[in-house]
Amino acid sequence: MSVDIATVKKVASLARIAIDDAHAERLVPELNNILGWVEQLGEVDTSGVAPMTAVIPNTLRLRDDVVNADPLTGGGMRDAVLANAPQAEHGFFTVPKVIE
Amino acid sequence: MTDLTDLGIREIRDGVREGTFSAREVAEAFNAAVSSARQLNAFLVETPDHALAAADAADTARAAGETLKPLAGVPIGMKDLFCTKGVASTAASHILEGFTPQYESTVSQRLWDAGAGMLGKLNMDQFAMGSSNETSAFGNVISPWRRNDGGNAPLAPGGSSGGSSAAVSARLCPAATGTDTGGSIRQPAAFTGISGIKPTYGRCSRWGVIAFASSLDQAGPMARDVRDCAIMLEAMSGFDPKDATSLDVPVPRWEQGLNASLAGKRVGIPREYRVDNMPEEIEALWQRGIEWVKDAGAEVVEVSLPHTKYALPAYYIIAPAEASSNLARYDGVRYGKRDLPDGANLQAMYAATRAAGFGEEVKRRILIGTYVLSAGFYDAYFTQASKVRTLIAQDFDKAWESCEILLTPTAPSAAFGLGEKSDDPLAMYLNDVFTVPSSLAGLPAMSVPGGLDKHGLPLGLQVIGKALDEQGVLNAALALEERAGFVARPQAWW
Repeated sequence: MSVDIATVKKVASLARIAIDDAHAERLVPELNNILGWVEQLGEVDTSGVAPMTAVIPNTLRLRDDVVNADPLTGGGMRDAVLANAPQAEHGFFTVPKVIE
Repeated sequence: MTDLTDLGIREIRDGVREGTFSAREVAEAFNAAVSSARQLNAFLVETPDHALAAADAADTARAAGETLKPLAGVPIGMKDLFCTKGVASTAASHILEGFTPQYESTVSQRLWDAGAGMLGKLNMDQFAMGSSNETSAFGNVISPWRRNDGGNAPLAPGGSSGGSSAAVSARLCPAATGTDTGGSIRQPAAFTGISGIKPTYGRCSRWGVIAFASSLDQAGPMARDVRDCAIMLEAMSGFDPKDATSLDVPVPRWEQGLNASLAGKRVGIPREYRVDNMPEEIEALWQRGIEWVKDAGAEVVEVSLPHTKYALPAYYIIAPAEASSNLARYDGVRYGKRDLPDGANLQAMYAATRAAGFGEEVKRRILIGTYVLSAGFYDAYFTQASKVRTLIAQDFDKAWESCEILLTPTAPSAAFGLGEKSDDPLAMYLNDVFTVPSSLAGLPAMSVPGGLDKHGLPLGLQVIGKALDEQGVLNAALALEERAGFVARPQAWW
């Protein structure tokens, strides 16, 4: 499988990265080189092999079902959460208008 | 009087404890070394006051007759992938410019709790994506090493933990944190003649470590020798409920358990690591390593890891796929950079922000990751790579039936020059050929210096162990270190 310029633009749009035509054109051979190389994985017989989901066996834990079980990742941190926002107003993140 | 910047973790810890020198003297010496080595571009932020405050706390505790903490008086460098409260953390990317974490990563907090101080935040490949430190948005790190051919060609310190490797080998800090996704602790350690260990996946909490590929990312120490790595790894490791993949297992006393005898151990030599076009010097280094482990009492056995050649391509599907998902959070809304062209709507703001904020290699990997996860390609690429990853892990399980440790070179070459590989992403990726398989299997692995190449540049040997057997890895590395007698260091030109 290889990508053409239309695919590169489509993927960039899915990834929300603005690219112009010249950049997209430059990316076509770069991405095709990488994709051509990874395609050797197709040679490997993986029938009956389960995809890896965890490298080291582990069980998922449940935290205590209480508010602020961990004060650091619990609630009540509005100012800290907003401290790095490029733009925040009235205790909210602000973005360009989305509804006309 | 000895130059305090020549001392490693253990010597500083013991010297402060015994009163040979004060912690403040140590911090001042390293602060001075950091500020006089800006040509290397190893530090993105210098934090001399942090180092001094920790030093004063150690000196005060000693004066009061208190028991000193394990790293009391030891100043370290912190890779800029770790979020540090109140200190800018950028992952060497423009998209995080202006970001000041409101919290401390678990690993850095553990180090401060152990008494360590911070000299500064270390440069790195942008979002840890790279093997030469050339993808940093804030300039290349220059390796303190130079070839002995009289030329002064600037060399790569390796990557992605290139600021860490350069700073430790140039004696700007006795040790530094690194992170390793596909070799980012081990390859830079090898390039600069220092030691570094990536522990078992889950040993060190990922909480507060800016994410690249979450199923692979692991923090670890980079230091002058094996003992210093053991001391620092003990302080960094441990269960953290805030990381869902953190392992709830006790942290062994690795320093206390160090033992360079390999009597009764079997060391496996994976035949598939003899790659095409491997330089003779790497082959010779490997042979020396084999003789050294034999000399330490080990039995050497040949083993097979049949899926080795598929590790790199599997990695370059899995890591970009995870990165494309992890890096979706940089949207210009919650932190970091925002680029809002005139009249742009929300979607255009996202796209403009990410176009302006991410470097070329980061964009390349996000695009690859987005492509291999997209409808219609997911199974052919991502699922297949995840199945191959299972086979690679099974290869190691099989090898453990006939040995306890694996010995390989760390990298297929010595440090290359800056700019030599940066135009060819694939050539750069091939640098990780020996380090990626153990990353995919989550195994502990370490690089120690094994000698110099014909240009006088360091070469590293890699030891890979079973899951949770960091002690076995450290012991084998110690056996190599004792026999290698590596004392070369870069001559200060900076």
